[in-house]
Amino acid sequence: MILDSKIPEGPLAEKWDKHKFNVKLVNPANKRKYDVIIVGTGLAGASAAASLAELGYNVKAFTYHDSPRRAHSIAAQGGINAAKNYQNDGDSVYRLFYDTIKGGDYRAREANVYRLAQVSVNIIDQCVAQGVPFAREYGGLLANRSFGGAQVSRTFYARGQTGQQLLLGAYSALSRQVAYGKVKLYTRSEMLDLVVVDGQARGIITRNLITGEIEQHAAHAVVLATGGYGNVFYLSTNAKYCNATAAWRAHKKGAFFANPCFTQIHPTCIPVSGDYQSKLTLMSESLRNDGRVWVPASKETAERLRKGEIRVSDIKEEDRDYFLERKYPAFGNLVPRDVASRNAKQMCDEGRGVGGSGLAVFLDFADVIKRNGAEWVSQKYGNLFDMYAKITGENPYEQPMRIYPAVHYTMGGLWVDYNLQTTIPGLYATGECNFSDHGANRLGASALMQGLADGYFVIPYTIGDYLAQTPPKPVTTEHPAFKEAEAGVRARVEKLMSINGTRTPAEFHKALGHIMWEYCGMARNAEGLRHAKTEIQKLRREFWSDLKLTGTDQEMNQMLENAGRVADFLELGELMIDDAYNRNESCGGHFREEYQTPEGEALRDDENFTYVAAWQFNGENQPEILNKEELRFENVKLTQRSYK
Amino acid sequence: MAGSNPNAKPMNLTLKVWRQRNRNTEGRIVDYQVKDISPDMSFLEMLDVLNEDLLRQGEEPVAFDHDCREGICGSCNLFINGRAHGPEAGTTTCQLHMRKFSDGDTITIEPWRSAAFPVNKDLSVDRSAFDRIIQAGGYISINTGGTPDANEIPIPKDIADRAFEAATCIACGACVASCKNSSAMLFVSAKVSQLALLPQGHVERKTRVENMVAQMDKEGFGACSNIGSCAAECPVGISLENIAIMNREYINAKATSNNLA
Ligand SMILES: Cc1cc2nc3c(=O)[nH]c(=O)nc-3n(C[C@H](O)[C@H](O)[C@H](O)COP(=O)(O)OP(=O)(O)OC[C@H]3O[C@@H](n4cnc5c(N)ncnc54)[C@H](O)[C@@H]3O)c2cc1C
Ligand code: SF4
Ligand code: FES
Repeated sequence: MILDSKIPEGPLAEKWDKHKFNVKLVNPANKRKYDVIIVGTGLAGASAAASLAELGYNVKAFTYHDSPRRAHSIAAQGGINAAKNYQNDGDSVYRLFYDTIKGGDYRAREANVYRLAQVSVNIIDQCVAQGVPFAREYGGLLANRSFGGAQVSRTFYARGQTGQQLLLGAYSALSRQVAYGKVKLYTRSEMLDLVVVDGQARGIITRNLITGEIEQHAAHAVVLATGGYGNVFYLSTNAKYCNATAAWRAHKKGAFFANPCFTQIHPTCIPVSGDYQSKLTLMSESLRNDGRVWVPASKETAERLRKGEIRVSDIKEEDRDYFLERKYPAFGNLVPRDVASRNAKQMCDEGRGVGGSGLAVFLDFADVIKRNGAEWVSQKYGNLFDMYAKITGENPYEQPMRIYPAVHYTMGGLWVDYNLQTTIPGLYATGECNFSDHGANRLGASALMQGLADGYFVIPYTIGDYLAQTPPKPVTTEHPAFKEAEAGVRARVEKLMSINGTRTPAEFHKALGHIMWEYCGMARNAEGLRHAKTEIQKLRREFWSDLKLTGTDQEMNQMLENAGRVADFLELGELMIDDAYNRNESCGGHFREEYQTPEGEALRDDENFTYVAAWQFNGENQPEILNKEELRFENVKLTQRSYK
Repeated sequence: MAGSNPNAKPMNLTLKVWRQRNRNTEGRIVDYQVKDISPDMSFLEMLDVLNEDLLRQGEEPVAFDHDCREGICGSCNLFINGRAHGPEAGTTTCQLHMRKFSDGDTITIEPWRSAAFPVNKDLSVDRSAFDRIIQAGGYISINTGGTPDANEIPIPKDIADRAFEAATCIACGACVASCKNSSAMLFVSAKVSQLALLPQGHVERKTRVENMVAQMDKEGFGACSNIGSCAAECPVGISLENIAIMNREYINAKATSNNLA
């Protein structure tokens, strides 16, 4: 199938304006005749729901959380990028565009990324008007910080709780529309399937997580804003409930899944402490503004430290290796995430890691505390330092943090065109759940930007184009496709409940995570990937014959919820492996050991892999079909990324 | 390993857990034993251990709310040994670690108790009343687009910082659970004062506070008798100052009863 990305003609800087002029509009009096379902109330979903309701559409918003405000977006710490150039340090829309394309290792679409950079400035205006309390300077104007992969200060923040404040802003806008009756909110309601009528997305099937009831919902269009799939790895910085079910169900109904192997490993997370570990905690990248990353210069010193024979303070300055500053003098500790993560792994592989397991490096604040004082540091990072102390029982003001890379974000997701429409007409995907803007690696502070760009400033235009071409007739759940989808959901729930085996959903999930981290994590190779594929297939068979659940499906049953999500992860995991195996190059977060420069940097193959891999479901247990969207770079020149 | 203290021995504990099928049935405390609990585990990881054991034995796991496990989403809400979020001040249940307990301890775990927070099952409660209070006015009435440049209105840093502090409420409900009257004043006042402090919020300050307070009363939360257990138990340190601000806003609103003055 030929994938049409629908990128508008014309010069890069004019594409979006031209497109906004060319899209069809829905007459204001007709907007109330259209129903739109939005699944997800994180940044991407809440912003879209509020904005579409303000325009006059009837919105039904779904979330499995008990409140929209609990979406995983709430946990974002560091900040949100925008090309405001308030610092007068040379930023511009073009520079943000360029940094993002380069940071993504030239595997993102130019037109989308440029639009993202353009609307980034509106996002900040919008949020401030909503009452989002961003950090400010003494003069009363907005403050900025720097983030990895950029040489300008363009990150807006609210201490270490930027995602919280942005989400509460979007949530307040959403709440206002709920009060007006323009948004109907369905909380604790999980989408378990998409309904497609005559090739168009027309509704969803949900399960009420309190009563267990299965429900049908119809609309003229469906937007998925259901977040990322990092929890495929079991351990990640994602919230425990984050899952891929909505996207995966849509995929199996015909939406292509793009670049599933592009996952981001974040360099600064609190290391694993034991087998019971249920999730990993991120220490915001903003810490790399002031913290210095190091390991002991020699293996011997590292070993003595691990054994407790010496203390950190015994290691002299000249015996410390600030490896990022040494290897990348231009960007230092602020190299992009993939580079920082790989280097940390390399140090630990060399035997220079710290902490009991040797799987950690130091992030040290001693210098900045000496320079500016502990109070200054606490003002800027207080909540992160507190969190670190609570989790580890150690005081980061007195000794360096220990950090290690962990799965954090998924650049891959549902394939969408320039309008954010998937390959199913009437089905849109926004936020982390689509693949659109980050290529093979996302820069820090760009996910919040993308989620809000999609929801506030893109989808309100592009969905209108589709609806304007859909008759404003009421939609109902009468079509047999609804009954069929509901029957499928019921059958699956019943199947899960009736296996009556011996292993818990979490046991399967951990086993899957182990395979994924080992073979499809920070470094991958063909042989490992082949092995992982057979392992996952085996695990999936075991899941469907040995899963244990108790209770019933007619009530709140958290293990059942989890089992359904793990079942989908077991399928998505295999697709990630296929994708990683297919991509015979290294780029961004996808590092294939066979393809690296002599210095160990990612080695792209632009001739053969400058494409988006969009996978098409082809029936249960059948290999998926690979469709390619060739990426054309008309404005930036593809170069080997260098942060030296 | 992270925070591992080589001297810290695994613990065996007795748990007394509230079990309740759904909001229409009676609940009761049930005793469970958990073994080999590492002091580095979080409290919720300890409950994971219990639930995995229960499931393997063919019993029903304990339902409880959680998600981020980082102290920010506000989902977790356990009443532990008679205190909201347990013994450690300034800490959500998910950030509470087992190193705060000792081998042989008995731990009582109950849901938030308030008429406005009905129990869904076991330890999970329905806090949608909070959403309805925000829907009553916890916002600035602007649409997407057409907003002025973000730097157009300078806001003094100390005002912005105070608004931020108030805005960090995670809507966990510990304030309600800790209050003998089940008052939601701290939660409501945090939003009211965030928006009252900021110039953007001034336009609607009167109708906002009136509508939010009216909804709060309608939801069945009790009155505030200024004891302050809410702020003492709030995991993110929302200050009582907010209640004072809200009371001022409310009196002012009642005096003029529109947004004009
Ligand atoms: C710890 C952490 C820190 C981060 N810090 C930053 C940062 O500083 N800057 C930055 O730019 N990015 C950051 N990110 C990334 C960023 O937070 C996320 O990518 C972004 O918030 C995702 O937003 P979203 O709206 O797409 O999805 P989410 O916020 O994950 O929302 C998903 C929504 O979908 C709902 N949902 C999902 N599936 C279903 C279903 N089947 N049925 C019903 N509802 C469903 C959920 O209930 C939820 O409402 C961070 C991420 C993490 C993990
Ligand atoms: S005020 Fe504090 S205790 Fe009350 S809901 Fe907010 S965060 Fe929780
Ligand atoms: S689980 Fe999110 S605050 Fe505790």
